[in-house]
Amino acid sequence: MSAEPGGLLDPTPSQTVGPFFGYSMPFPGGGEVAPAGHPATVTVHGYVFDGAGLPIPDALLEFWQAAPDGSRAGAPGSLRTDPSNGRLLGRDGVGFTGFGRVATDGDGHWALRTLPPPPDAPYLSVCVFARGLLHHLYTRAYLAPSPDDPLLASLPPERRATLLATRQDDGAAGTEGTEGLRGGVYRFDVTLQGGAAEETVFLDFR
Amino acid sequence: MSADKVSRDNVGAAAQTSAAAAAAPARGPITQAQISAEIASFPAAHAAPAGAAGHPPRDYPPYRSSVLRHPKNPLVVVKDPEAVELTGPVFGAADVAALDADLTRQHPGEPIGERITVTGRVLDRDGRPVRGQLVEIWQANAAGRYVHRREQHPAPLDPNFTGAGRALTDGEGLYRFTTIKPGPYPWGNHLNAWRPAHIHFSLFGTAFTQRLVTQMYFPGDPLFRHDPIFQSVTDPAARERLIAVYDHDLSVFEWSLGYRFDIVLDGPAATWREEGR
Repeated sequence: MSAEPGGLLDPTPSQTVGPFFGYSMPFPGGGEVAPAGHPATVTVHGYVFDGAGLPIPDALLEFWQAAPDGSRAGAPGSLRTDPSNGRLLGRDGVGFTGFGRVATDGDGHWALRTLPPPPDAPYLSVCVFARGLLHHLYTRAYLAPSPDDPLLASLPPERRATLLATRQDDGAAGTEGTEGLRGGVYRFDVTLQGGAAEETVFLDFR
Repeated sequence: MSADKVSRDNVGAAAQTSAAAAAAPARGPITQAQISAEIASFPAAHAAPAGAAGHPPRDYPPYRSSVLRHPKNPLVVVKDPEAVELTGPVFGAADVAALDADLTRQHPGEPIGERITVTGRVLDRDGRPVRGQLVEIWQANAAGRYVHRREQHPAPLDPNFTGAGRALTDGEGLYRFTTIKPGPYPWGNHLNAWRPAHIHFSLFGTAFTQRLVTQMYFPGDPLFRHDPIFQSVTDPAARERLIAVYDHDLSVFEWSLGYRFDIVLDGPAATWREEGR
């Protein structure tokens, strides 16, 4: 294994997820991150588009977020395998693992049902994989943006807007009498390529 | 374009038109010679933006599907020590059963092909093992056919091989799979395009920033120089890191051949921050 002069190991390069991950990576209930029937469940959904404005039917999105109480510890149990036959079962509907994985449909659409992230980290971290994408891309879907958020504050308005999930319902779907974000349906599209106002802001972590 | 061409990791009509217009004056089917020329002339300066550490550029026209699927705006650098991405999902005993790592025992019979063991360690860039994390693989069968309905080229499916497996790394970051050696397969990037044999790998680190999906190749494959996906890693030393090492000590007499594939995850993690990095 090789190392740079600074002592860090050289990373293994990325390669595309390709078109044939469908029988391996998606798992049942991958988009059902919220515990079954939880009243605070929010739906976040959208399309993934390419540079011609066409929906991408073979993208895979992963989601990671803080729990509503602020915990970033996550929990095992997203996939769950039946030890008797090896079949993937998906979550047990009780706990909150913080992790979701959804492949786009034939029309490029995806949907996630999850619990709202906490006010100090009010976003879903999104990792985008697709055939044609040689190295995955990170972005964030902000559900309740704060003007103090350092990333949002650093962006010009037209770029910032690409990170904001848009609430589509009038609030009636939410649970009454709770503070902040409860319930609701949000739209968040990912555009892999386009002008500054269209292309999603993608992130590089250093 | 025929439905058959669309079925194999191919670009849409729009992508092909725009890529062909941008990259080559020639009309008609894109030949291997044309793709090879594009690979050879891909500008080195374009290939390695600062900090890319050997990853492929997302804009790599010889791989036609990348043309409309890469961002044109620069990525926004996040250095927030409170970023949620510095932590990541966790998996455990409920997620992975022991037999999930043996792809040769998922059906009533034995799959056709060369039985192999693939093992290695998952490390971060400081050389620390990534413990108890999920490793997922998927691959074509020995004839180069994937179990996917959009993959219809005339090679046989194997009723005893699906080609998907999972494992958790142990306390030393070690994973181990038993499978069969996949075959090369044709795809629609250009005329007579064939992918070198490979196994897809998906890896998690301790942070979401360390996420990696890659492909493991086999030593000495004659298709390497023809393949725009492998060649998208433009640094030869980095390409070597995608090739497993044949390890005779891992081979088992009258049973299997052994390959070692160590993986180093890129990207910062919360632990790095805590240590003042």
